[in-house]
Amino acid sequence: MTKESEDTAAAWGPHDVGGRPAGPVDRSEHDTAQWEWQIDAMVRLLIQKGVLSDFAELRDGVEKLEPEDYERLSYYERWSAAVAYALVDKGLLGEDELRRRVEALRARAAAADAGAPGAGR
Amino acid sequence: MSSDHPTDHGHHHDHDHARTFQPDLSEPVGDAALIGLALRDLLLERGVYTAEEERATIARMAGANPGNGARIVARAWTDPAFKARLLDNGTEAIKELGYDLSPLEFTVLENDERVHNVVVCTLCSCYPRALLGQSPAWYKSKNYRARIVREPRAVLAEFGVALPDSVEVRVHDSTAELRYMILPQRPAGSEDLDEAALAALVTRDSLIGTQRDLTPKDPAAH
Repeated sequence: MTKESEDTAAAWGPHDVGGRPAGPVDRSEHDTAQWEWQIDAMVRLLIQKGVLSDFAELRDGVEKLEPEDYERLSYYERWSAAVAYALVDKGLLGEDELRRRVEALRARAAAADAGAPGAGR
Repeated sequence: MSSDHPTDHGHHHDHDHARTFQPDLSEPVGDAALIGLALRDLLLERGVYTAEEERATIARMAGANPGNGARIVARAWTDPAFKARLLDNGTEAIKELGYDLSPLEFTVLENDERVHNVVVCTLCSCYPRALLGQSPAWYKSKNYRARIVREPRAVLAEFGVALPDSVEVRVHDSTAELRYMILPQRPAGSEDLDEAALAALVTRDSLIGTQRDLTPKDPAAH
């Protein structure tokens, strides 16, 4: 690869994978988890309510993810990160309140996990 | 499973009992997913949207399935005039069957003995969800998106599609404004089937193009 084409590839963004070398396709079926439906619904409702202008805005957020995050995150995790950036950018949510809520959910999940099975649900 | 966690979390008494919305954390989720669920939690709490709106949205999305695309295919197989309209202008033709994807453009591509079509979205995951339901995980995977445009025959072979060299492969890259669906070949031996029975032969993968041959089912076994 020449220097120039490397720069171009970097400018394309992590999402522009067409034609890149890659491994075998994992064809296993995957049922959409409840939390994935919830994220999907959140995006649709935010667009419906005009909070996000359209899907292009979501994609824009996904395409701006750090390449390592793009690689590491699953599909709906990318959506989650993109919506977080968009709502914080718009000033609709503060980074601090979002961080606190994430910690609260994490603690709740850990508590439910420690109490499992049968506890708390 | 608690045995996966060597540290004893003890009893965590959480004092957030005023919280109205308990996210469903029945599945293990990663940090980025927790960000999404925290957003959802805050948006519901503020009334940006309601739990009822969420439920209805999920029900509508989960209700879409490849049966819709299959119905369109079966109509095209049995009604040559509809087929001509469908291939000419998919967006308008499917309105006859009650499907409206506008403002998206919808294009149907026909397979025949000489041509095999397959659909991808290299940049993200564009897919006619209203007609096919949730896209399969592999459709959204980097490996499918990267390779189907460069070595479609190799990828199709992984899906069990063996194409002779005489068959031309056309790969169609979806965009935010344009969705594709494949019109597979009607299988031999299906001459006596009615439209509903024909629709039952059509699979999701044949509508994406990662399956080429459809087989008539034994009605007795169905």
